[in-house]
Amino acid sequence: MATETKTVELDGLEQFRENLDLKLQDKHNENLTTLNLGPTHPATHGIFQNILQMNGEVIVDAVPTIGYIHRAFEKIAERRPFYQITPLTDRMNYCSSPINNMGYHMSVEKLLGIEIPKRAQYIRVIMMELARISDHLICNSILGVDSGAFTGFLYVMQERENIYDIYEEVCGARLTTNMGRIGGMERDLSPKALHLIGEFLKRFPKVWAEFEKMLTRNRIFIDRTTDVGAISAERALSYGFTGPNLRATGVDYDVRVMNPYSSYEDFDFEIPVGSKGDTYDRFLVRNAEVWESLKIIEQAYKNLPEGSYHADAPHYYLPPKQEVYRNMEALIYHFKIVMGEIDAPVGEVYHSVEGGNGELGFYIISDGGRTPYRLHFRRPCFIYYQAYTEMIKGGQLADAILTLSSLNVIAGELDA
Amino acid sequence: MELTNENVLGKIIEQFGEENITDAMNPDGIMTFQTNRQTIHELIKYLRDDKELQISFLTTMCGVHYPEQKDKELCMMYQLHSLRHNYRLRIKVYFPISDPVMPTLTDLYAAANWMEREAYDFYGIVFAGHPNLIRILNVEDMEYHPMLKQYPLEDQTREDKVNTFFGR
Repeated sequence: MATETKTVELDGLEQFRENLDLKLQDKHNENLTTLNLGPTHPATHGIFQNILQMNGEVIVDAVPTIGYIHRAFEKIAERRPFYQITPLTDRMNYCSSPINNMGYHMSVEKLLGIEIPKRAQYIRVIMMELARISDHLICNSILGVDSGAFTGFLYVMQERENIYDIYEEVCGARLTTNMGRIGGMERDLSPKALHLIGEFLKRFPKVWAEFEKMLTRNRIFIDRTTDVGAISAERALSYGFTGPNLRATGVDYDVRVMNPYSSYEDFDFEIPVGSKGDTYDRFLVRNAEVWESLKIIEQAYKNLPEGSYHADAPHYYLPPKQEVYRNMEALIYHFKIVMGEIDAPVGEVYHSVEGGNGELGFYIISDGGRTPYRLHFRRPCFIYYQAYTEMIKGGQLADAILTLSSLNVIAGELDA
Repeated sequence: MELTNENVLGKIIEQFGEENITDAMNPDGIMTFQTNRQTIHELIKYLRDDKELQISFLTTMCGVHYPEQKDKELCMMYQLHSLRHNYRLRIKVYFPISDPVMPTLTDLYAAANWMEREAYDFYGIVFAGHPNLIRILNVEDMEYHPMLKQYPLEDQTREDKVNTFFGR
């Protein structure tokens, strides 16, 4: 089967091609201008192309094109042992890679049926919430930059560096973190990491309050963002919106509350919601969510349980390095895990986490081999960008830029 | 009515008949069953519009390729979610690769548009009635559908790698 290389002939394909909706050609009008926004426009924060049809400054129609950085993660994953898929997930939403990592690990744990200890779950929660903060912090501060306020970005960017310092202390990497393992964490939180988290909790609220004060009641910012790129709750649900972008329309759907994972049910936090679903609401929802995340980190940090930071799952969790040098069993397991020799059970599993910008789902079909038979990522950005055309129609070009940054579409996750 | 797997399955079978709803199982807590191409559109519309169920959120959909299954080579998986009842549901449709046509869901869910384009791009599944069925992630002049299993990731003509050393 593997060496067969025949191409599949599809009936009816040609006529589908002919029926292509070439919107721009149909609506060609002498008074309208076609403007090519992107693929690498500095204001789009990523590789998105939009062919806009403009009537003066007003956008009449838009045709988005994606796929410029498509890296075939789903295909690559079919050839990789479960362990080696984690680095692929880092590179999807690179603003909050720990959430992607842990979401993936939790899905695999669900497939393998591994229960992980409380301490590991709490450490995961801390890391995921830090990642959420850094994700929202980038989104909101860049939204400020796009509306002309560079200062806010400078206020908070140092804090992102500080979060990256914590990542570095926990796993050695800053951006593409890869910090968890199937079955828990790679290592326990060191005293220095705990200290850094404590310092962050003390310092960050002040910085964030200052940032919030700078923008939330700023006349220019409010005028630039209110009623811009609005979407109704009904349309948002039809498009499959989740996360802050859905909550800005007034629907209080949050995976952490609806389907708690990793001990989220232990923590006390609220779901901030907006009402109109416009750019300003999305900004406010993200701002409020950062405070809720801080609350969660504080609770997890204070009540961090004692115990092991990983599950007792020798078939999937790498043994400690010192053991590998002394103990034959450990050496064998180490080898088998590294070479991906251990098969996963047959099964099918869907697990979703509340990612930086919505429900990030992992759908795994395992046929009992060392690699997944099929791995599908439910990527929230893929869903938001589809609605982008509808959201910017009738608005101005400058507003379209703000709408895109408030949707927090990350090119890596969009294209996967 | 409380939405449990038995209740929902019973209700759906009552509506669509046992011949159309088959192989119900529960692999990870999410009820999974198979249906056919004639039923899928009606079924998803029913799930969305039924006052009791309100399973009206299309979480995701994706294609799967099973080259060994005769006349069931392709599979389309739909996963739906009822936000009101917090109940998830998975529906699968198997169909032959010689006739890879599925009805589109774009008239029910706006989300289906790009997801179907993705499935078309990866697996060559043609969605009848889709308004703009073109490739989404790959280049337009590609002549094959890369997620099909007959296109392995690595170059199979290479001889410098012995597969047995890599567990393949």
